Amino acid sequence: MSETNSIISPENIVYKKSPVLLDNTMHYCPGCSHGTVHKLIAEVIEEMGVQDITIGVAPVGCSVLAYNYIDVDWQEAAHGRAPALATGIKRLLPEKVVFSYQGDGDLAAIGTAETIHACNRGENIVMVFINNGIYGMTGGQMAPTTLPGMKAATCPQGRDVSHDGMPIKISDLLAQLPGTCYVTRQAVHTPANVRKTKKALRKAFENQLANKGTSLVEVVATCNSGWKMNPVQSNEWMEENMFPMYPLGDLKDE
Amino acid sequence: MRELKLMKGNEAIAEAAIRCGVDGYFGYPITPQSEVMETLMDRAPWDSTGMVVLQAESEIASINMVYGGAGCGKRVMTSSSSPGISLMQEGLTYLAGAELPCVVVNVVRGGPGLGTIQPAQSDYFQSVKGGGHGDYKLITLAPASVQEMADFVELAFDLAFKYRNPAMILSDGVIGQMMEKVELGEFKPRWTNEYIEKNYPWVTMGKNGRERNIITSVQLEPSVQEAFNHKLQNKYRECEENEVRYEEYMCDDAEYLFVAYGSSARICQKSVEIAREKGIKVGLLRPITLWPFPTKQIAHYADKVKGMLSVEMSAGQMVEDVRLSVCGKVPVDHFGRFGGAVHSPGEVVEALENKLIKA
Repeated sequence: MSETNSIISPENIVYKKSPVLLDNTMHYCPGCSHGTVHKLIAEVIEEMGVQDITIGVAPVGCSVLAYNYIDVDWQEAAHGRAPALATGIKRLLPEKVVFSYQGDGDLAAIGTAETIHACNRGENIVMVFINNGIYGMTGGQMAPTTLPGMKAATCPQGRDVSHDGMPIKISDLLAQLPGTCYVTRQAVHTPANVRKTKKALRKAFENQLANKGTSLVEVVATCNSGWKMNPVQSNEWMEENMFPMYPLGDLKDE
Repeated sequence: MRELKLMKGNEAIAEAAIRCGVDGYFGYPITPQSEVMETLMDRAPWDSTGMVVLQAESEIASINMVYGGAGCGKRVMTSSSSPGISLMQEGLTYLAGAELPCVVVNVVRGGPGLGTIQPAQSDYFQSVKGGGHGDYKLITLAPASVQEMADFVELAFDLAFKYRNPAMILSDGVIGQMMEKVELGEFKPRWTNEYIEKNYPWVTMGKNGRERNIITSVQLEPSVQEAFNHKLQNKYRECEENEVRYEEYMCDDAEYLFVAYGSSARICQKSVEIAREKGIKVGLLRPITLWPFPTKQIAHYADKVKGMLSVEMSAGQMVEDVRLSVCGKVPVDHFGRFGGAVHSPGEVVEALENKLIKA
């Protein structure tokens, strides 16, 4: 026992869970990207020392319960309305740090107007956008970002673009708006990508402290339950199919 | 110092908001209430009191900006007219479900659909019976003058914060557009963040060392959701017990009773005078709170009068609550022009004679 204690002594610790990430058991499926992104947000909040002044806005979707995992004040929004809530919070408390956390259905379908106009006004907030091309929570229906030919519960024959249109590349669109200062697309399926996403989140939060406008971090993510694949297959499928439509990298950095 | 001014009802809302220390207004233009935001923008209160005024991209966005601000314990409001208020119903049920205080002004116009820009009172059901989904209530105040437009802003905020519930000022195009003398309140300072955190410990302003606060309306576990609904219902019963407001006009010897709110109540005041000149003893009961409704007071008159006429610029909405209050003891009928038309005092008297006296 004393040997174990000497091994886990503080000077030997090279990695630990951020105290900003709560101990509640996550409800996400094994292999889901949400948990990793939550962890990164918690680490960035901890490292920047902004836990006490941060307010998160949770969406409707799988991450509706995000407030159970990151130890900051939270508001839960109606579906798609997170950017409007974040606008209200930040306008009234400009000295606080405000971020929204939204999925593709939330940000790029039902909340498109709120998303575009918050970005266009250059609201000084961080928007984290999880794009897995499917409605996870409601059982795998077609999302605005579902790939052409990709099967989902409401397009069991595969997305027919002549019927449903092409997937919307909303980050590309938002990067065109003068109100956004930073728009980037990342992923968390490899250790290298996890590190890049953390750097992107850090930059987004720093932009807010520097009053630079809207920062949007898109994370191309897996939904192995919705995609009906195991986590390893999901990562491979994402690289082969999602990345050509949603290439990783900065779309705007001013 | 209190100040006397001649102004429109809509302008009075804006002026009162600045003076009573409102923190934020989020809105979207729609006739007949656009003067609220126009007046605020013209007065530029961000330079004086620090009040935030922002034009949103839609009523959906403005009510959700209100949600964000209200979750921080700030005194925030929006205003709109009927079609815009329909768009806000989602936000209102979420605000009620998250128990957030705020003030929403509806300067009602005729419907359904795009309807007309002329005044109406056809949003009564939407305001007091729900409008959005789920079991919830809006505290609903009905001003009948420009003075009350001004006074009810602060009253609505006081009630909203007392009960942690959204409050609505249900006005109409007549009250919003007409000009009257109004005595404006003194300038009061906005609440400080320290004051808010001390008095409203549920707010999200950053956890600052305390346990984190979560503003939400989602409870997936049915037993928890049921318990929460009971809590809401208890709050509503308490509000019904304590907050009923109404005004009586010449009711003491009345044999008939008009029940009317807002601009219809003003018209009925004249109708009472005309009827009494003709020897008809009629009084007027004006509900000031539409929810909670003055049920007990109306029930009290059911033992004294021969009949009641609910006078509304609608096809008959409040009349249902009057009938429920009276419980069949006396005849209750409805009269009103609607779809943007406004009844004259004479038409109201004629309706009283035809529907209740001669009948």
